[in-house]
Amino acid sequence: MLLYYSLISPLSQKNLQSWVKPAVFLLCLFPVAWLIWQLLNNMLGANPIESFTRQSGEWGLRFLLITLAMTPLRRISGQAWPLRYRRMLGLFSFFYVSVHLLSYIVLDQFFDWSEIWADILKRPFITIGMTAFILLIPLAVTSNKAMMKRLGRSWQRLHRLVYIIAVCGVLHYFWLIKADLLWPTIYAAILTILFILRVKLKP
Amino acid sequence: MLIKRPSDIKSSEITDEAIYLRRREFMQATAGLALMPLFGAAVAKTSALAELKFKKNSKLSSSETLTDYNSITTYNNFYEFGTDKSSPAKHAHRLTTSPWSIVVDGHAKKTGKFDLEDILKPHSLEERIYRLRCVERWSMVVPWVGFSLADLIKRFQPTSKAKYVAFETLHRPEEMTGQKRSVLEWPYVEGLRMDEAMNPLTILAVGLYGKTMPNQNGAPIRLVVPWKYGFKSIKSIARISFVEKEPPTSWNISIPSEYGFYSNVNPEVDHPRWSQKKERRIGEFLRRDTLMFNGYAEQVAHLYKGMDLKKYY
Repeated sequence: MLLYYSLISPLSQKNLQSWVKPAVFLLCLFPVAWLIWQLLNNMLGANPIESFTRQSGEWGLRFLLITLAMTPLRRISGQAWPLRYRRMLGLFSFFYVSVHLLSYIVLDQFFDWSEIWADILKRPFITIGMTAFILLIPLAVTSNKAMMKRLGRSWQRLHRLVYIIAVCGVLHYFWLIKADLLWPTIYAAILTILFILRVKLKP
Repeated sequence: MLIKRPSDIKSSEITDEAIYLRRREFMQATAGLALMPLFGAAVAKTSALAELKFKKNSKLSSSETLTDYNSITTYNNFYEFGTDKSSPAKHAHRLTTSPWSIVVDGHAKKTGKFDLEDILKPHSLEERIYRLRCVERWSMVVPWVGFSLADLIKRFQPTSKAKYVAFETLHRPEEMTGQKRSVLEWPYVEGLRMDEAMNPLTILAVGLYGKTMPNQNGAPIRLVVPWKYGFKSIKSIARISFVEKEPPTSWNISIPSEYGFYSNVNPEVDHPRWSQKKERRIGEFLRRDTLMFNGYAEQVAHLYKGMDLKKYY
């Protein structure tokens, strides 16, 4: 089914698609451009490294949730277009999570590998964050059409990992907060709604 | 002639040295102001702060580079005004700090409700440049202006039953808008053992950088205990109580497994969720090692002789 939607699109929509997709692509790049602009122009406050790391992580989680919203959106709207953006959005999630991880390794820890390793082993919020990142790698690698074809049925099974990744991502956020759980709770609520929609709207 | 000889330059044209030395700060502040309408950048909203008269206490001051004023006044943990670091600078201007009174009660000969002016009158102010280490692994160097807490305590003549000093912040949700959400139990409460409170390093601060305390930093009067994590240094104090038993403290009430009563800066005792071995000094790129008792071991280590600091974290 997935293959069907990603390969076949009505000819009438081709023209529209030709400029919409690049526009969405650029829009998805805006947060990272904005973050780098702020970092270079001293606009991230007194602790720019902490702010950059946190904000890039938030964007990773946001894109993951937006990606997960595409299938329910397709079913609710009856339109095919949401699925055409799913891969791109998912890859952007991987991109922002990678920026987040690099920010932690380079800016925050400055390649202090022993400290990073100790963090992964001893700090549950980092353990689970790293788990989410590692699980994202096979999904990113197998996101192209050739891999979809080659893996066939198992592709879909493999990509169900995204549910686990999303839960890990939200828990990662929960466990690093000192007291104010408002935002992690909002993300958890959105994820729960997306899960419920998936179950309810099953074709 | 394009290049003037020194004698040609009128003294009125020469930039004051103090301003010249702070030109970067000035330029940053100006840039921030220019961008503010566009991006709501964190620039402290403060009414004009009065210059304070004080002596420098170099004996008890650090000689490290000061953290710039803008960072000290825009990067704050003051949950009464919201939980983002930039929230207090944006919202603390709503707090009415004058008139201000402090209730002193408990085991002391003199108790009652006192106007801030009466509290402050007998004390002469001094500048203390202290390191501030937050439990979140960042640190600053702040030039506080204040006076020794011990001097204040002596005035109220606590009795032998006064084993601890408890502090309470104001509870005024209509001005302290962060108090409308129960992120912590309000009002914020803190406490010190009597010998900690009487230590010469412990001060009540009424200003920083030579001026009256900005609201976001705990105006009009706050505690500063430099060898403990920042959250022990309670802001905007409205009550001081002399008590017999260890008083409850806000972060300990909130998450007892993570925040103890003592909360001394200690690189050997990790926060359950993160290491405390290193810290990022605001303004620096590489992290530096965190020092035992935040570098004040010489003055305070004796207070904890024989105590298991892993147990009493």
